[in-house]
Amino acid sequence: MSTSTATQTEVKPKSESLFSKKNRKLLTDPLDGNNPITVQVLGICSALAVTVQMEPAFWMSVALTFVTAFSNLIISLLRNTIPSRIRIIVQLSIVSLFVILVDQILKAYVYDISKTLSVFVGLIITNCIVMGRLEAYAMANKPLPSFIDGLGNGLGYGLILMIVAFFRELLGSGSVFGFKVFEAAGIPFIGNGVMMIPAGACIVVGLLIWAQRARNGYTEAE
Amino acid sequence: MNKLKEVLQRLRPEFNKGGKYEKFRSTFDALDTFLFVPGHTTHGGTHIKDGIDLKRTMFMVVISMIPALLFGIWNVGYQHFRALGIESTLLENMIEGSIVVLPIVAVSYMVGLGIEFAFAQIRGHQVNEGFLVTGMLIPLCLPPSIPLWMVGVATAFTVVVCKEVFGGTGMNLLNPALTARVFLFFAYPAYMAGEYLSNGDFLWVSANRSEAIEGFSGATSLSLYGEKKAPVASLWEMFVGLEQGSIGETSVLAILIGALILIITGIGSWRIIVSVFVGGFVMGLILNAINAGLPIKEQSIYMAANPLSHLLMGGFAFGAVYMATDPVSAAQTNLGKIYYGFLIGVFTVMLRVWNPAYPEGMMLAILFMNVLAPLVDYFVIESNKKRRLARVK
Repeated sequence: MSTSTATQTEVKPKSESLFSKKNRKLLTDPLDGNNPITVQVLGICSALAVTVQMEPAFWMSVALTFVTAFSNLIISLLRNTIPSRIRIIVQLSIVSLFVILVDQILKAYVYDISKTLSVFVGLIITNCIVMGRLEAYAMANKPLPSFIDGLGNGLGYGLILMIVAFFRELLGSGSVFGFKVFEAAGIPFIGNGVMMIPAGACIVVGLLIWAQRARNGYTEAE
Repeated sequence: MNKLKEVLQRLRPEFNKGGKYEKFRSTFDALDTFLFVPGHTTHGGTHIKDGIDLKRTMFMVVISMIPALLFGIWNVGYQHFRALGIESTLLENMIEGSIVVLPIVAVSYMVGLGIEFAFAQIRGHQVNEGFLVTGMLIPLCLPPSIPLWMVGVATAFTVVVCKEVFGGTGMNLLNPALTARVFLFFAYPAYMAGEYLSNGDFLWVSANRSEAIEGFSGATSLSLYGEKKAPVASLWEMFVGLEQGSIGETSVLAILIGALILIITGIGSWRIIVSVFVGGFVMGLILNAINAGLPIKEQSIYMAANPLSHLLMGGFAFGAVYMATDPVSAAQTNLGKIYYGFLIGVFTVMLRVWNPAYPEGMMLAILFMNVLAPLVDYFVIESNKKRRLARVK
């Protein structure tokens, strides 16, 4: 799978309200039918790495949504002034700006989470979703739709992350957001070790893709 | 029996296309052909004299497992009474063993066949017989103390993730029974390796530590070697199977009887079976040689172990005969089968001795070679092409 599957390069008509059908579609499409993880299969590394527990996964989703949305916005504002030969490096510097910002904020306010996420916040810079959206959407579209597109893709990523983390934390450590549900309900529980290793995330993501495709009737293009 | 046949015959139209229970066709078919000879014959200019189909193949494998199963049941009972320090008769051993083993077998079959039937129903294909073998292999490669719900979870996992995801019987990349075992090994390591559980139950013997006689050890030969101690069981005891271990894997003798059945009927590949044993033996010899070359301080009793003991301990023979020979996940070319088997033997002994995290290397070695089997075949075919092209020139 490459970023080329996500090309949406239509030019929008001029005046449009914030909640027009098109804008809403930009926000909701990545949540299901064009999900960055389960359909485009991007950003898998971090999805496998940070989903052992829900809390780090939540902050990771927030961080990525923030970075995608704002770097999409800035790149879209600059899109007519960026020479196309050096666009990647320009994009990278914008992305790294936001990544450093997010990293510092996480370190300042949720230090424990920042420690758990370790390098993966820094690695957002190489996340295919961020670069993919910049190349495929922000470089060719106006700021507002670009911002919404970034937001939608971040949320789509976050949604899958949270679902995967939910199952991994529930089955692996018997808790939800650190709250021991099985213990509270008085049910004996033995943690499933497979869910604690990245292979477990791979299996959960796979089953999720299966369920989604079965529901949407999606078939692989020949 | 004839009555039943008549009933089935009468019901058949209802399940045919357009009938009342058309939806349950595959379930009906499975039951019907399981009980009686399938009603369809080959037509056209075929030269098949004996139509040995999947059902018969699988049944032969199940029959070849009966010695290991019976011995396993007996041994579970025998070890139980030995732990308690009680003299027991053959019958007592069998009864005690059956109480432990049969529920595990039943859960494995019920969960597995339930899911298989459900998938066949939804996808509208026939229920395949592949699970008859898997359902028996799963209990035989688990410790007798395994909780039943874990058997169920592992079986469900393997049928869905290892088989149905790839398209059902004959499509799987990995051996399904071993996938169930490897799932349990990584999911609940405390229940798959070690000497006893946190509540004091022995892992490899159906007894509790508190009721066992003094000096009884629940450690298998493999785990003793892993701790750099000499095993208690002699080579002969390992061969006959008078030691602790997974239910069906202890008796090399019973397994060899099964191997004989598989080889005579032509179902199991003798190339794989023999080359696994050779591979393990050769690696054992290599380790002996390396060990002899090391300074005294670094020498280990495990590396110095008699190569034969590697073939007799743990699940080596069981894996070689029943798991490695799985026709779906093994190499397909004759030469490839030899490489494939040989490497399984080599990796097994290597993992056992050099990686203390995995006391039994057989499982991981087979799964690893399952993944590499297509590659082995590829190289065999390519080299064959090269040789024949050279002859043309």
